[in-house]
Amino acid sequence: MNDILKERQNQVVTKGKDDAAIACGKASVAGSVSQRACVFCGSRVVLYPIADALHLIHGPVGCAAYTWDIRGSLSSGPQLHRLSFTTDLKEKEVVFGGEPKLYQALISLIDNYKPKAAFVYATCIVGVIGDDVEAVCRRVTREKGIDVLAIMSEGFNGTKKDGYKLACGALSKLIGTDQTSIVPEHSINILGDFNLAGELWMLAEYYRRMGVNMVACMTGDGRIDDVRKAHKAKLNVVQCSGSMTYLAKDIEDKYGIPFMKVSYFGIEDMSDALYEVARFFKSDEMIQKARELVREELSKLLPELQKYRAQLEGKKAAIYVGGAFKAISLVKALRLLGMKTVVVGSQTGNQDDYNLLKELCDEGTIIVDDSNPNELSEFVKQTGANLFIGGVKERPIAFKLGLGFCDHNHERKEALAGYEGMLNFAKEVHASVCSPVWKFMK
Amino acid sequence: METPISKDKSTHTNSFSHPSGGLGGAVATRNACKLCAPLGASVAFKGIRGCVPIIHGGQGCATYIRRYLISHYKEPVDIASSNFTEESTIFGGGANCLAAIENVISQYQPEVIGMATTCLSETIGDDVKFYIRNYKDLSDRETLPHFISASTPSYQGSHIDGFHEAVASAVKSIAEGGEKGEHLNIFPGFVSPEDIRQIKTILEDFTIPSILLPDYSETLDNPIWESYHRIPEGGTPIESVKKCGSARASIELGTILNKGSLSGRVKNNALATTAAEYLQESFGVENHRMPLPLGVNNCDHFFETLSQISGKSIPMKYTKERGRLIDSYVDGHKYVFGKRAVVYGEEDLVVALSSFLNEIGIEVALAASGGESGRLEDEIRKYCPENTPEITVQNGYDYEMIHEWCIENKPDILIGNSKAYYIARELDIPIVRCGFPIHDRIGGQRIKHVGYTGTQELFDQIINELIGYKQDHSEVGYKYM
Ligand code: SF4
Ligand code: SF4
Repeated sequence: MNDILKERQNQVVTKGKDDAAIACGKASVAGSVSQRACVFCGSRVVLYPIADALHLIHGPVGCAAYTWDIRGSLSSGPQLHRLSFTTDLKEKEVVFGGEPKLYQALISLIDNYKPKAAFVYATCIVGVIGDDVEAVCRRVTREKGIDVLAIMSEGFNGTKKDGYKLACGALSKLIGTDQTSIVPEHSINILGDFNLAGELWMLAEYYRRMGVNMVACMTGDGRIDDVRKAHKAKLNVVQCSGSMTYLAKDIEDKYGIPFMKVSYFGIEDMSDALYEVARFFKSDEMIQKARELVREELSKLLPELQKYRAQLEGKKAAIYVGGAFKAISLVKALRLLGMKTVVVGSQTGNQDDYNLLKELCDEGTIIVDDSNPNELSEFVKQTGANLFIGGVKERPIAFKLGLGFCDHNHERKEALAGYEGMLNFAKEVHASVCSPVWKFMK
Repeated sequence: METPISKDKSTHTNSFSHPSGGLGGAVATRNACKLCAPLGASVAFKGIRGCVPIIHGGQGCATYIRRYLISHYKEPVDIASSNFTEESTIFGGGANCLAAIENVISQYQPEVIGMATTCLSETIGDDVKFYIRNYKDLSDRETLPHFISASTPSYQGSHIDGFHEAVASAVKSIAEGGEKGEHLNIFPGFVSPEDIRQIKTILEDFTIPSILLPDYSETLDNPIWESYHRIPEGGTPIESVKKCGSARASIELGTILNKGSLSGRVKNNALATTAAEYLQESFGVENHRMPLPLGVNNCDHFFETLSQISGKSIPMKYTKERGRLIDSYVDGHKYVFGKRAVVYGEEDLVVALSSFLNEIGIEVALAASGGESGRLEDEIRKYCPENTPEITVQNGYDYEMIHEWCIENKPDILIGNSKAYYIARELDIPIVRCGFPIHDRIGGQRIKHVGYTGTQELFDQIINELIGYKQDHSEVGYKYM
C-alpha cells in the first residue's frame, strides 16, 4: 500500500500480517481529507438531543448552519434543539468583540423560547477575538435565573473527543442540582444513547419490562430536569465508548455510582446489556424477566433473520464508523447474518478497542484508524467487499464503486438498536447487497 | 414508559410560542438562510480541472462543508483541511499550510490547488499567498500545481461571496491577455451541474466557442466509476482560464453576484470585483451582465445576447422550445394566476425566480435571502414589473423569519431549496424544491433551472404542485384538471 501517507502508515494494520500495535488517537495529518470533525462537533453531538435547552452557537454562521437539525435524535416533547441559533458574527464583532451581541442574543432568545437552560458553544474565532464567554453566561444566568453554560469548544483545540469531554463537563455541572426528587429503587441512567429513530424509547421499554426505571438518558430525548436528578440512579449504563465514559467516571467519582459499558447493537450485545443490569441489582426476579424478554424477542426475530441470512451468507463487508465500540458490535452483527468483515476502522478508537477488533476479526482483515476516502476505496477494492457500512461521507465512495452501502450514522431514520433494530439492520444489509442494480456495474 | 413517537404532521412544531415580530431574530440568526464562504469557494474550485480544494482552518469547517455538499450532490467531494491546532492558532498556520499542500500533492498529484481561508485563519491574519510562495521556494518537486487562493472569511460574506471570490481569484491569477479570439467567457454563477450542461449545449448549438468557469457539470455529477478517481474528470482546464483574457466578450449570469455585501469589508474591499469585471478592466473583454436565464424574458435576453455577440441567429431548436414553453403558459395560466409565492435562497436565483413567477401571474409575496447585499429589493423591482408593489423583499433573512412571515401571511406555495420543508410541512403549504441545497430528495444536482427547457420543467412542477394540492384537499378528488 504505497498510497498511504507516510505519517499514517502505522495507523493501518492487517490481521495476521502486522504484529505491531496500531497507532491511534493522533491528530489528523494536515492535508489529508480526514473524515473527522472538530471539538465543537463533539460537544454539539452530545448535547444536541437535550430538547428543552437552548443551543446557541457563538461564532460566524457556518458552524451553526452545517449542524442545523443534522441528527435524527427524536424528542417526545419540545423540539427546541432542532432550531439552529447562532450569533452569526460579522466583521464588526471580529474587530470589536462579540460579547454584546452574545449577551443580547441570549436575552432575546431566552425571553422568546423560555428554555430550561442554555448551552453556548464557542467556535474557533471566539477565543481568538478574546470574548469572555463564561462571563457573559454568568451574567445571563444571574439575570434570567436559568443555567447558561459555556462550552469552550473552539474547533482547533483538540479532537472531537475533547468536545465530548467538554459536553460531559457541562452535564456534570447540572447533575446533582435537584435534591428533592425521589426515584424508584431499581433506577438507572442510560448514557450515550441519542434516541436516533426512537431507539431510546425501545430500550427504556425493555428495561421497564424487567422492572428497571430510567432516571435520565444522556442525552437522547433529554430534559434538563432529568439530568439534574441523574445522581439519584444506582447505576449508569454506558453505550458508545467514545462520548460518555468521561461522564460516567465523573459521576462515579462524585457520587459513587458505578457504571457498566454495553452495546445495544446485535442480539448478543443487546441481551448482555439486559442481563448485566439484572445481575447488578442482584434480583432473581429481574433476571427471570430478562430471560423471558430475550426469549420472547428472539422467538420473533430469529426465524425472520434466517431468510436474510440465507442470501447473505459468505458476503464481505467493510466498516468505517465514528466509534470503535460500534464497529465491534457491527462485526458481531454481520457474523450473525453470515457475513465476514474484511475492513474495519473508526475515527476515534483507542488501543483497547483496536486490540479487541483484532481478536474478533478473521485473518487478513484490515484494521484502520482515522482513514480517508483514498485509503478506504483502496481497501475496499483490495478485499472485494460487497458492502460498506459507514457515515454520510463514505456513502458516495461506496456508490461510485458500485458497492452496497448501509448508513450507520446519526441521521438515520431506522432504529438499529435492540431486537427490532437487528431485524431492520438485516433488512437494510439485504437491500444493499442484493439489489439488482449492481449488475449494471460490471 | 410510553413510546411517544408522534407520527403526525406537527412533529416539528415546537411547544414554545413563536415570537412574532422576530425579536429573537433581530440579534441571533435562527436557522440561517445562507452558508459560509469556503463552501462556495470549494464548489467553484471543484469546477476547475484537476483541482483539489484546501480549506485553511480548523478540521471541522472542511468536514462539515464536505458533508453538506455530499448530501446535495451525492458524489464524493474531497476537500482537504490544513487542520489548525492550538499552536497554529497562536503562532500562525504557516507550517500546517505547507504540510497540507505537500500532502495533497503527494496524495492527489493535482493540476491545481485551490486554497480557501476560513474565519479563523483570517482572524489571526494568516497570509496564504505568502505561504504558497514559501512552499514553491522550498519545494524540490519538478512540477508544481497551479495555486489559486481565495480570501473567504464567513464574517464578511456568505457562500455566494465565497463562490464569486474563488472564480475571480482564478481569473486574476491565471488569465492572460493576447490577441482577441473568437471565444466567449461564460460565468454561470452558482447553478446546478445540469444547468452547466444545458448552457454548454446551448453554446454548442450556436457553434460559439466558449469557456465556462467554473464547470463542475462532471466533477460534481459523475457517472459510475470502474475504479476510484482521486480527482474526478472534467472541469475547466487551466489553459482555458488563461484564455479568458483574450475572449471576445464575457457573459456573467446574475446581477447581484458578490457586489453589495463585500463593499462593507473593512480589510479588503478590492475583493468585491467579479471575474468578468476584472477581465473588462484589465484586458478590455466586454462584459454582459444579466439575470440567470430563467423565465421567458430572461432567456430571451440571454439568447439575444448570444446571437448579437456571435452574429449568428438563434437555432430553430430554441425557438421551438420557447414556443412550447409559452404554449404551456397558456395551458396553465388559470391555475397559477394570483397565487402568492414565497421565494427564498441565493439572491441571484431569487431574482430570476421572481421574475419568472411574475411573468406567469404568480404574485411574489415574499422574496427573501440570507445574503446581505442590500440590493435584492432594487433588482426585484427592476425584474418584476407586474407586481412590484406587493412584494416584500428581505435581505439578511433567516428561515425562522420566513416561518413567522408565513404564519402571518399564509402564502400558497414555497419555492426554493429543501431547507424550508419544515415550514411547508407545519403550515401545509406546497413546496417546489430548486436551487441549493436539496438534502431531502434525490437529484438536486440534476435540477435544471436555466434555458427554456429549465423554465419549462420548473413551470410544470409548480403548476402540478398547485393542482395536486387542490386535488389532495378536495372533498371528492377528481380525474381531470
Ligand atoms: S469558522 Fe467560518 S469558515 Fe469555518 S465553518 Fe464556521 S463560518 Fe465557516
Ligand atoms: S473547526 Fe472551528 S470553525 Fe470550523 S466548524 Fe469546527 S468550530 Fe467551527
